[in-house]
Amino acid sequence: MAGGQCPSAILKYGDEEMKKKRRSGFIIACTAPAIILFIIFMIVPTIDVFRMSLYKWGGYTAEKTFVGLENFQKLAKNPKFFQAFQNSVLLIVIVTLVTFALALIFAAILSREKIKGQNFFRVVFYIPNILSVVVISAIFSAIYDPNQGLLNSFLQLFRGGKDPILWLGSPKIVIYSVVITMVWQAIGYYMVMYMASMANVPESLYESASLEGAGRIKQFFSITLPLVWTNIRTTLTFFIISTINMSFTIVKAMTSGGPDGASNVFLSYMYQEAYTNSSYGYGMAIGVTVFIFSFALAGILNAVTKRDEIEF
Amino acid sequence: MKSEKQQFGKSPKIAKVFIYLALALLAITILVPVAWVFVASIKENSEFYRSPWTIPQGFHYQNFVDAWQTANMGEYMLNSVLVTALALVLLIVIALPAAYVLARFKYKSKALWNTLFMAGLFINVNYIVVPIFLMLNNGDIFLRKTFDKPFFLNNLFILALVYAATALPFTVYLLSGYFKSLARDYEEAAYVDGAGYFYTMVRVIIPMAKPSVVTVILFNFLAFWNEYIISMTLLTKPELKTLPVGLMNLMAAQKSAVQYGQMYAGLVIVMLPTLILYMCVQKKLTQGMTLGGLKG
Repeated sequence: MAGGQCPSAILKYGDEEMKKKRRSGFIIACTAPAIILFIIFMIVPTIDVFRMSLYKWGGYTAEKTFVGLENFQKLAKNPKFFQAFQNSVLLIVIVTLVTFALALIFAAILSREKIKGQNFFRVVFYIPNILSVVVISAIFSAIYDPNQGLLNSFLQLFRGGKDPILWLGSPKIVIYSVVITMVWQAIGYYMVMYMASMANVPESLYESASLEGAGRIKQFFSITLPLVWTNIRTTLTFFIISTINMSFTIVKAMTSGGPDGASNVFLSYMYQEAYTNSSYGYGMAIGVTVFIFSFALAGILNAVTKRDEIEF
Repeated sequence: MKSEKQQFGKSPKIAKVFIYLALALLAITILVPVAWVFVASIKENSEFYRSPWTIPQGFHYQNFVDAWQTANMGEYMLNSVLVTALALVLLIVIALPAAYVLARFKYKSKALWNTLFMAGLFINVNYIVVPIFLMLNNGDIFLRKTFDKPFFLNNLFILALVYAATALPFTVYLLSGYFKSLARDYEEAAYVDGAGYFYTMVRVIIPMAKPSVVTVILFNFLAFWNEYIISMTLLTKPELKTLPVGLMNLMAAQKSAVQYGQMYAGLVIVMLPTLILYMCVQKKLTQGMTLGGLKG
């Protein structure tokens, strides 16, 4: 603390301090709005889902009673939930398999074959992905209409004037009508995704394979498929999550779960209980179950499809 | 086998025919229903009792007038434009600085926030829409008691805020991915020149992120414009409906009152903006999708 140095050292120290303050002020000002908004509208409601699932709470009253896992026990015994569960699993399996196969085939065609109008097909196949789910539901309601629908009037050419098929009215058929709608909606999205990763496969591999006499189909299975496998694995997880979500938005707009709950899926049943019937606690128990189910399924699928990554 | 070897890079003729057939089939199943809606939107109601494949007898534009005025689609369009624009502005203004700081500043709680936003990617809004509704409803009950005036539900601004909030994790993830890829030199040069943090961010860094911002806007425009679950839950007053929810009403009304033409006109009104946008920016959109990774 020798006389002359003191003031400048203090000044310097104060300067540093100011700078630090300004820096942390900037950090807070930039992140606070995003963090606050995120916590209020995403974190708190998510915690609420789990918390509310342990309560019995109905209607607009503030009366909540803690019931532990009773909601889950009720759920396990409810045939309506079983129906929704069955439908969801059916959709996850069939929609994933069909969409996956078709998207992969069309991606391989569009990226490996010399096709006239390649860009046109790519653009057209992606169209369903930009339409609102409500629009898609309205279009398919028009297609499935029993009397003036496009599908039945087209099938009349083959079936003659028999009774019209009730695509959305028959409890046995309705879920398959939902399958068709969902596949129609999803093919283009996954196709573009696979095309992007196929574009990264080096051309030289195909050239040498083709010189060795490997045909197109052999090339697809021994070159394309192994090399885009990592990408496919990621999309499988997304198939599960997005099928659960898309099936809700499509079913809600197209059938509202009808006829008589025959097309209910996980989240449409949840929405029906939690919002329309105001059984909040019970509805949230459904949400928790579905949330855990989807993560478990994704984890299992991830483990099952694990292969050694191939470098190229 | 031998001919295949010689024709390097080409498939046999029959395979080619099948390939084109498959492509054409899928293109038709996508284009015909969409085109049919446009054709149906100019048909008169009586025409709907005949085969759906008939060509319209004239250009019955009255459907659009009815949809716009009688079915209130004009009003809903205004609501949709307002909510979408407001949500996009909020999202960009809030997410850009946050993504920049989270990507390029070192501080204590940074890892926590980054992890939290990453976890947010897995929270789907369908699960939390009812708790959000209840939260806002409780707020309204409280306000009604104290000020006699509800605020949160049936409010377009709040809807836009919820849209922006639920889009935050993906947007922050995508933008900070871009910011991380930039060299440090940009900021250092700016600081040496005496620029402050704020000036550096707004004048130096954000202009460089323009392509990523455009991608964010495109995706979220489509998401906000097409969204209906949150809108349906948080807006219950008929005059506040957004386009997709209004369209659902038209679908329900059509079943009882047989207003086919009006409904198809409404459909066209909802999907035309997205189709036009898609035609203009389809390359950017499909590229951006793979750039940003997946969005569920």
